[in-house]
Amino acid sequence: MSGPELVRPETLADLVALRAAHPDRTLVAGGTDVMVGVNFGRLRPSGVIDVGRVAELRAHEVVDGVLRIGAGVTFGRIETSLADVVPALATAARGVGSPQIRAAATIGGNLGTASPAGDAHPALIALGASIELASVDGTRLVPADAYFLGPGRSVRTEREVVAAVRIPVGDGIRQEFAKIGTRNAMVIAVAAVAVVVDLERRRIGVGLGSVGPTPIRAARAEALLAAALWPDGGERVPPTAETIAAFAEEVRRSARPIDDVRGTAAYRAHAVQVMARRCATWCLEEVR
Amino acid sequence: MRLELDVNGQVHTVEDVAVWESLLTVLRDRLALYGSKNACEQGECGSCSVLVDGEVVCSCLVLAGQAEGRSVVTVEGLDADPIATEVRCALVAAGGVQCGFCTPGFVVTATGLLRDQPCASEPAVREALAGNLCRCTGYSKIVEAIARAQAELGR
Repeated sequence: MSGPELVRPETLADLVALRAAHPDRTLVAGGTDVMVGVNFGRLRPSGVIDVGRVAELRAHEVVDGVLRIGAGVTFGRIETSLADVVPALATAARGVGSPQIRAAATIGGNLGTASPAGDAHPALIALGASIELASVDGTRLVPADAYFLGPGRSVRTEREVVAAVRIPVGDGIRQEFAKIGTRNAMVIAVAAVAVVVDLERRRIGVGLGSVGPTPIRAARAEALLAAALWPDGGERVPPTAETIAAFAEEVRRSARPIDDVRGTAAYRAHAVQVMARRCATWCLEEVR
Repeated sequence: MRLELDVNGQVHTVEDVAVWESLLTVLRDRLALYGSKNACEQGECGSCSVLVDGEVVCSCLVLAGQAEGRSVVTVEGLDADPIATEVRCALVAAGGVQCGFCTPGFVVTATGLLRDQPCASEPAVREALAGNLCRCTGYSKIVEAIARAQAELGR
């Protein structure tokens, strides 16, 4: 390794150049994942790239119906500033850790860590978000449901950084997020569900967390609910309790949970079904 | 590496800091500021809470190098702060201190809260304190202390 051990680029151009030159260095944003590894001796980075000074990563804006959230935006800011724009993501943000964690932890860091339990992921998948990955070669967009490869693994290469997420927004997009944990604060999700009903585009989105090796998109359940709400692509039919129950059952079938210290597979499967039913009911209550 | 850290309004030069050292270890081991406690080292307990650029964060989760160029305020730096003073007095008056280990973290967090939201409701206070663990008091007396501090500050 050459150059100083700690670098703090201030522009995205400098960040991606440093990333290309030093792919072995550890990227640190809020530190809430990396520092746990450091403090417990699991991680001894020889060099660190602190992304916290890059102003471009700390902005969010809506342009032409798309919300772009910079990777360095904290969950605290998503919780307080974006609750009206992306309520499901804001609800997920509010459930992250504690106020101290939300003040530091960023959405880009959540994606960089790529945990199957990451709180932002189900909402991003359900909302049809894209992940903006930047490198010296340019920027590419990856759909959120194609980003995750396994626990802690994603399609992001060692030359890339998460630059932003892009989320379609609009008045007709109903959205809910629910998470189960052992208490309200400071928990890693035992299971999480996000449901989106986009009345304009006639699109259903369902994202699941902590019930598989990656966050999961429940595509079959999406198709089932869309077909029931807009039969043969026609006018909207009010949802029945049976429709929502069939949807929730299909969501449960999409889950691939395991037994671990936080919960059993059977409990997780049950929990996603219940949360899917509740989220869909909440989304559709407003549109009957 | 060599760092210049603005802690409690004073710039300290710290030599030979490893890239992976946390702000907490530098505060305690280099600057002899022992008010920020080292407990869980994973952001669960809030005992190491400090203000960085006015925001309450766990100093165990901040790289020391990340804090350079930012304003760090520890519980020691809140000695003369009027909000923190009321919080400390109220914690004593309400019986919100038993073993005292978690207390500095609660003082920092509550001070940050009452600066931003002087009239925070009790549920908002409980939510704001969710990242600070106390194994003695059962929290009721700590929450009561925050209400007392709010009442005093509102006079």
